[in-house]
Amino acid sequence: MASEVLAKPQMRGLLARRLRIHMVGAFLVSLGVAALYKFAVAEPRKKAYADFYKNYSPEKDFEEMKKAGIFRSIK
Amino acid sequence: MLSRAAWSLMLRKGGRGRREMHSPEAPARGEGKMPPYANWYAQRSYPMPEEPFCTELSAEQQALKEKEKGSWTQLSHAEKVACRCQGGYHQTFAEMNRRSNEWKTVMGCVFFFCGFTALLIWWQRVYVYPPKPITLTDEWKAQQLQRMLDMKVNPVHGLASHWDYEKKEWKK
Repeated sequence: MASEVLAKPQMRGLLARRLRIHMVGAFLVSLGVAALYKFAVAEPRKKAYADFYKNYSPEKDFEEMKKAGIFRSIK
Repeated sequence: MLSRAAWSLMLRKGGRGRREMHSPEAPARGEGKMPPYANWYAQRSYPMPEEPFCTELSAEQQALKEKEKGSWTQLSHAEKVACRCQGGYHQTFAEMNRRSNEWKTVMGCVFFFCGFTALLIWWQRVYVYPPKPITLTDEWKAQQLQRMLDMKVNPVHGLASHWDYEKKEWKK
């Protein structure tokens, strides 16, 4: 058996401490994930759509499709 | 006729083991229940068996039992391990929970039967399946893809966004 005396371990407040740590952690993790999604997925997607429609002409698109012959009612 | 005689003979032999069920003994019984169905068998999920493993103690085990009544620090390690028989247990926790190599056999058999099934499926593909429908032939699929590009399917992020309409090839 050990001859020296061990330090008395933490006896109280264990759950409260755990909750405090995990509350802060969960908050930060959710914020982080949301920010990551916004800047990695949402913003590029919005930009891609904006760029596509900046110089989009529906008439030109329609003429190209008609020339390719996909319509059945218009030749 | 012959199998019925053999079956009744087997039943009569099993009857002898049934009478001895109420006084379990140490092994060296060929008949009766074998582990894990024996009443003295314990495992990690069932650590308190119904009956003790050995009920009659030999002389040295009696002496050990007397020694057990004193301070346990005086028992040697081997004696502590031998105490399990006085408790009526077949094995210590360390012996009971020991690892085994069974997982290798299990995984080996699983992979073997997966391979066998693959052979069966291959045979089925060659000899049972009917010919492909017309829509899955290469010519039809090429025409289908051309029509999708002409329609400009998903032009922002999807299929048509990867096609270069001026050069008539896929974008690098």
